[in-house]
Amino acid sequence: MLLLKKFLRDIPAVIGFAIIVVVVFIGIFAPWLTPKPEAVFDSNIMARLKPPSAEFLFGTDNLGRDICSRVILGTRGALIVSLSVVALAMAIGVPIGLYAGYTSSISGEALMRLVDIFLSVPQLILALAIAQLIGRGLQSAMLALALTYWPFFARTVYSETRRVRHALFVEALQGLGASQARILLVHVLPNVASPVIVRATIGMGFTILTTAVLGFLGIGASPPDPDWGLAIAESRRYLPDAWWFAMFPGLAILVTVLGFNLFGDGLRDLVDPRLRRSR
Amino acid sequence: MLRFILRRLLLALPALFGLMVLTFIMLRVLPADPSAALAGENATPEQIAAIRAAFGFDLPIWKQFLIYFGQVMRADLGTSLFTNRPVAADIALRLPATIELTFAALIFATAVGIPLGTLAAVWHNSAFDHIVRIVTVAGLAVASFWFAIILQFTFSMEFDILPLRGRLETGIDPPPFFTGLYLIDSLVSLNFTTFLNAIEHLIMPAFTLSLGGLATIARFTRAGVLDTMQKDFVSYAKAAGYPERRIIWVYVLRNSVVAATTQIGLLFGALIAGAVAVEWIYDWPGIGSYAVQAIFTSDYKAILAVTLVVGLIYAFVNLAVDVVLALLDPRVAETL
Repeated sequence: MLLLKKFLRDIPAVIGFAIIVVVVFIGIFAPWLTPKPEAVFDSNIMARLKPPSAEFLFGTDNLGRDICSRVILGTRGALIVSLSVVALAMAIGVPIGLYAGYTSSISGEALMRLVDIFLSVPQLILALAIAQLIGRGLQSAMLALALTYWPFFARTVYSETRRVRHALFVEALQGLGASQARILLVHVLPNVASPVIVRATIGMGFTILTTAVLGFLGIGASPPDPDWGLAIAESRRYLPDAWWFAMFPGLAILVTVLGFNLFGDGLRDLVDPRLRRSR
Repeated sequence: MLRFILRRLLLALPALFGLMVLTFIMLRVLPADPSAALAGENATPEQIAAIRAAFGFDLPIWKQFLIYFGQVMRADLGTSLFTNRPVAADIALRLPATIELTFAALIFATAVGIPLGTLAAVWHNSAFDHIVRIVTVAGLAVASFWFAIILQFTFSMEFDILPLRGRLETGIDPPPFFTGLYLIDSLVSLNFTTFLNAIEHLIMPAFTLSLGGLATIARFTRAGVLDTMQKDFVSYAKAAGYPERRIIWVYVLRNSVVAATTQIGLLFGALIAGAVAVEWIYDWPGIGSYAVQAIFTSDYKAILAVTLVVGLIYAFVNLAVDVVLALLDPRVAETL
């Protein structure tokens, strides 16, 4: 209850949380929320590049499709992609970080050197190369992003595990003869969970941004998917006349990522007093 | 200090070697048939067979790696499918443009971010502070490629005050080559028209690229200054009657920028990654737009070469940041 009270006093974090709630709601119910479901995929040349109006809230694109409906459907795509990427990255990175941090074995050490290698190049560059090599398309873009994002989780979990490895409760469990798996999963994991949750929240926003870049460069989603990055790439040819074509998908990215960042920052202040930002 | 630099250099080597192994694996193991991958999407079986023989893909994998290692050490990164020139030469030609862009962005981000963060901390909880906080959070949430397009739309298409793309206007010759950075070269050769034109072209790309960095630096400076202002030595300096300005901009700031400086190393990675899309949109002839071209033409050699070179630059910049940190705070050198 005290935590909740503290959280409610952090206005930016509350705003972030509200944005996430709205965005997730839109994502889940997207097919029923589109104002013009018939104009999502079907082109209508008569209505192409119409400015925002009562009929088309955000205007129409080069094929006469309703941009508002496509942005709403794009929300669903962006959330599914970033959730899968972050979940997969966690599924790889968290066990590796736990294992390497707890055992200090040679194999654990080797895994952390592997983490160093992955972190020696900016994530986007590596993701571009991997996505290109395993073949274009949304699936390979997602795989490439997860394969380059897990080291961040591994490193976070590693340093947290190191911190509690010699804590009294761990040594007590060892003395009682608890198995390594039990100690790690039941006792160490909950102790390292909060930085992982913070990392994952901010990672959601970050992944939405990188996915959009991949989509923009034509490596992620492919037409006619209602992808935000892809839409912005297509809109470039219709500037300066059709400004709304570029504007609204970009605003959708901005608001969504803003929500995750604000909420993530608030969470960090809440769960990890060591990292507390002075406000 | 020299010992510190050498030890830090030794620490960077294993990761760079690992990166070579990684790119090797990506090129030779990840695609089902690397010869087909290298030949491109429209290759005939004969071309694929020729490539297999020419690149020695029939050799054992460790031998292939040794050959690759030797090639990279001699800066032989293969031939680009797109430009038909050695990839290393392509990258060398384009690297100065990227360096100019990223450094301009970094300098702008630091020069604006540090005062902004400091002022926000000094006027804590004022309207200015709130605005800085909103801008910094938004700066990290905006998609740079979208922001670039909006800037182009506003300043080039609607108002026509800044050039849309490129590094120089067509018709203006690049300055004589000293460093490859147009701003410096044109100044050195006293060519002020070129200098001004280069600046005009640099403004929008550098500003777009700097946004995320500016936000990060302002945030960390603000937090650092707020933290330092609570320290005893500040109360002492105030009590001793030092002028407020001197306390903040000299004593407090020096003790607060360490956190922000650590971020600059990480930021550089973000800047290079961001440069990919930003260079592509502004048609900036650096390695970022080269990477995009390589992707569009499925030019594997070029993509992996860019990955390697970026890793090398990244390691070098992080080394430089650590040296700066050690100079700012001698205690850092002790920990290595």
